[in-house]
Amino acid sequence: MTEKLFEIVDQPIQVNTLISKVASRNAGAITTFIGTVREWTKGKRTLSLEYQAYIPMAEKMLKAIGDEIQEKWPDTKVAITHRIGHLEISDIAVCIAVSSPHRKAAYEANEYAIERIKQIVPIWKKEHWEHGETWIGDQLENVPYPTEKPEIEGDIL
Amino acid sequence: MITILLFAHLQDEIGQRELKLDITEITVKDLKQTLTESYHLTQMETTMVAVNEEYALEYDIIHAGDVVALIPPVSGG
Repeated sequence: MTEKLFEIVDQPIQVNTLISKVASRNAGAITTFIGTVREWTKGKRTLSLEYQAYIPMAEKMLKAIGDEIQEKWPDTKVAITHRIGHLEISDIAVCIAVSSPHRKAAYEANEYAIERIKQIVPIWKKEHWEHGETWIGDQLENVPYPTEKPEIEGDIL
Repeated sequence: MITILLFAHLQDEIGQRELKLDITEITVKDLKQTLTESYHLTQMETTMVAVNEEYALEYDIIHAGDVVALIPPVSGG
């Protein structure tokens, strides 16, 4: 069975599927991060979200994050799925599963993955608020890149 | 001809997902300038450019046949 470890999907994410992708007899730990749609952000109520991605490049960048993790935590296995399209409050937007022989690497690599997703993966969310809608990333939640492009490890600028 | 893919607010501003420009060769920087002037795209100063699915630098050259994506600050996760 060929399954994609780094995937953009437009259907609900099944967390167990990601867990089974990283399961291994060498693993002593599996961490999962589940990013969900939040209703309230700084007093503003979100009704729903819409995610859009540049799918082929987003999957490539997820894979690049996986490669970075292999460098930093060599014995881990990583799977990442991000959902796009229309999401309701509490829906799962992203799931990251990391397995490793010992728990520390699984925790650390998992947190690293979500931080990198927010930096380099071409995915955008549009908030549908009670009073209007906004693409996020242009003003409120994100700062412009300090350099001309997101820093990708192993990439020579 | 170069193909330009638009996402997020840029897609909304133009009302379409892609543009085709009859250009043989242009730098990333000049393309951003052109798009700002001719298509009134906003926030181009914080927009990244990917050429054939790889992030590009300001002085990289885009050639006919390339697929260029305009990438506003991302907000996945």
